[in-house]
Amino acid sequence: MAATIEKVSIIISKGSLEGIYPGLIMANGARAEGIEANLFFTFFGLDAIHKARHEHIKLATVGNPGLHLATWAGGLPGVASVMTHYMNHKMDKLEIPSIPEFIEMIADTGAGLYGCKASADLFGLIEDDLIDQVKDIITVGEFYDLAAGGEIIFT
Amino acid sequence: MPTSTYAGTDVTVNDEGFFTDPAQWREDMAPQIASQEGIELTDRHWQVIKFMRHEYEIKGTGPTVRVLGKTSGVSIKELYQLFPKGPAKTAAKIAGIPKPRGCI
Repeated sequence: MAATIEKVSIIISKGSLEGIYPGLIMANGARAEGIEANLFFTFFGLDAIHKARHEHIKLATVGNPGLHLATWAGGLPGVASVMTHYMNHKMDKLEIPSIPEFIEMIADTGAGLYGCKASADLFGLIEDDLIDQVKDIITVGEFYDLAAGGEIIFT
Repeated sequence: MPTSTYAGTDVTVNDEGFFTDPAQWREDMAPQIASQEGIELTDRHWQVIKFMRHEYEIKGTGPTVRVLGKTSGVSIKELYQLFPKGPAKTAAKIAGIPKPRGCI
């Protein structure tokens, strides 16, 4: 019998479009394979589960060499919005859900969503600021308890 | 290629147990494949299985969980209750079609 993965705990630490999607795709893909999955949102990654902000996640157009756009051009007013709109449009065509829809779907698959206590304290956030699907705001120690016996993936 | 026997008929399957020739599949084989996956089939399971077959016949590939949730009439939540080890993957196996390959 080939080796199998039974459980993953995925940390999302960035608040940009390209920083959030990979972790979501990995969590959703894990559940589709019958793998238990938990998502832990820390630092700017908290924006992905923030009620007021999760619909406005932007692509990083400055300091992102993969975009092949001059840094000064990426900083011009409106460029981040236009590039984000373009990327969202491309993903929509490929049937990739928006971040709010994707997170709701992942919660429906039975994956656990958690916020990081240190980050929530830092940004002055409480559970009411986060979307309803979030189960709890937990400490790093509680995260390790949840992650015990599985793989931890940091994004 | 390994073979399995369902409802008295030999069929060819791949290493993971998916049918290599969906034409060999018959409805009366489904309960036995399902029980190997620890599932006892209900009407709700059948709704998903028939939808999988239908999609495969039209498109040549099975739907992903997201597509199932949007179009099969069974919600994502219920899909995971019916098929805890992965709805698209498990339902494809029971429906005798190849494993869906989408990332989302």
